[in-house]
Amino acid sequence: MTVFRDKSIECISKSDLARYQFQHLQETLQFALKTSFYQKRFKKNKLDALSSIQSLDDLEKIPFTVKDDLRDSYPKGLLAVDMKEVVRIHTSSGTTGIPTVIYHTQNDLNRWTELVTRSLVACGVSNEDVFQNMMTYGMFTGGLGLHYGAERLGALVIPSSSGNTQRQLQLMKDFQTTVVHATPSFMFHLASKIKEFGYAVEDLFLKKAFLGAEPYSENTRRKIEDFFKIDAYNSYGLSEMNGPGVAFECTYKNDMHIWEDAYIVEIINPETGERLPDGQEGELVLTTLRRSATPLLRYRTRDLTTILTEPCPCGRTHRRISRITGRTDDMLIINGVNVFPSQIEQVIMNIPEVGNNYQICLSREGALDRLTVKVEIYSKLFAGDLSELEKLKTKIRDRLKASIIINPAVELHEPESLPAFELKAKRVLDLREKL
Amino acid sequence: MAKQLNVFVDNRIGRIKSITEVLFKAGINIRAMAVQDRGDFGLVKLIVNHPDKAVIALQENNFACKEKDVLAVVIKDKPGGLFELLKVFPEDNVNILDAYGFAAETIKGSLFFVEVKDVKQVSDFLETKGFKVLTDAEVLEI
Repeated sequence: MTVFRDKSIECISKSDLARYQFQHLQETLQFALKTSFYQKRFKKNKLDALSSIQSLDDLEKIPFTVKDDLRDSYPKGLLAVDMKEVVRIHTSSGTTGIPTVIYHTQNDLNRWTELVTRSLVACGVSNEDVFQNMMTYGMFTGGLGLHYGAERLGALVIPSSSGNTQRQLQLMKDFQTTVVHATPSFMFHLASKIKEFGYAVEDLFLKKAFLGAEPYSENTRRKIEDFFKIDAYNSYGLSEMNGPGVAFECTYKNDMHIWEDAYIVEIINPETGERLPDGQEGELVLTTLRRSATPLLRYRTRDLTTILTEPCPCGRTHRRISRITGRTDDMLIINGVNVFPSQIEQVIMNIPEVGNNYQICLSREGALDRLTVKVEIYSKLFAGDLSELEKLKTKIRDRLKASIIINPAVELHEPESLPAFELKAKRVLDLREKL
Repeated sequence: MAKQLNVFVDNRIGRIKSITEVLFKAGINIRAMAVQDRGDFGLVKLIVNHPDKAVIALQENNFACKEKDVLAVVIKDKPGGLFELLKVFPEDNVNILDAYGFAAETIKGSLFFVEVKDVKQVSDFLETKGFKVLTDAEVLEI
């Protein structure tokens, strides 16, 4: 039987949801027009919040908000409330060094926390669980987001933060941790060190893991589940939309319910900006509905996904999104062909003989780009024969070529020999000189 | 038949040293060793006194390794000793994947390890031709 946090909102009918969304969109527009950024943008586009936006469909009239808008508006261009009402900020420096900031009022935080709590309940977490939060605290939204969500649920929360493998294992054993929140690389790291520190999986009480902060494949999830004998749940969030709690799997692990009472979801063609129908892959665009300090309208997440509409056995009516298949901005151009690192990951991590870590290396030979995919072999399925290893190499190369069109060089490496980072694994090494 | 460990190694400095260090710390004696090289990686093949213990020790240290049955055939330690063995090999249907050997005082001859696909069949065949194929226990006594 499905346990709900709030059945009336989680199983809301389509028409009620539309009404709810429109009501909160109007509220959001009122807040948005208090920011200097949206005032200018509406004026420039000759839009008026009240007369131009008469229905949910009119949302399309509003131009997209992009990451650069957040940077350009730093620090206060997107602040919609009096500073006195703000109780927390989360900033992110990003790769360019120009920061972005999201402000939260107490109500904003409460609503965010509620989304996280709802997500945890959807994955079967209850107040009887012991929740060890192995994510970095501080500006990183994953740490605090899940912390407060689990606390509101009434779980025992261990704010162990990231790193310190031995201590994590000791806490897990001594306090009988049942749920962890960690990066997949850290879970692999724990798995590889558990014996060294004198523990066994059987000593632990672990039942569930929430994996986040870095992209990972289905096969990675399965390996973590198999090793620890647990359920691991996918989720989706981004700091611009609070952080974790935007979309979450339920116990059916049937892709991620995106909480449509808090966000209006659109999928667009990243090149033309056109709206795409459900079922078609494109860039996810989100509008906040329950945020007053930093409302964002039609924010381009740069994440590629597909909206799935088939009903979920759990009974929740919020539509689901597929796992993120790539980012519009981490696309690599290799000899003129567009390749997403996630495409490569999907291929190699679905080959069982491949181990935990991998690296995508790009170099230039004369005028040509050269792609080298380094993978580790998976200890448990090592056959011991050179011929099998050669076959594996060929299999990886053929499958990659079929998926990305480019013929890569494949290197096999020892287990745990490629870099695995404790927080975010850096898996693309582009050694091509910039022209 | 003997137990051989096939260990996957990257072709970079110090990997064989690491294997020998792991085995030393686990108190394991290496009786014979060969390396099969494939450019960027290779296989280190080991005959050790406690194969099962060695597998655990190596896997705990993140080495991918696999126990394999190989033939341990006694040959004469004199010119033509190996030729005598190889000339009876049913060449049409047996492909030797890898082979190496050493001279051993105690058996008054040489011990030659042969990796083939169908170990049992080739072992039986060699015995009908009068060769002594040692068991795992016999190999460890040498």
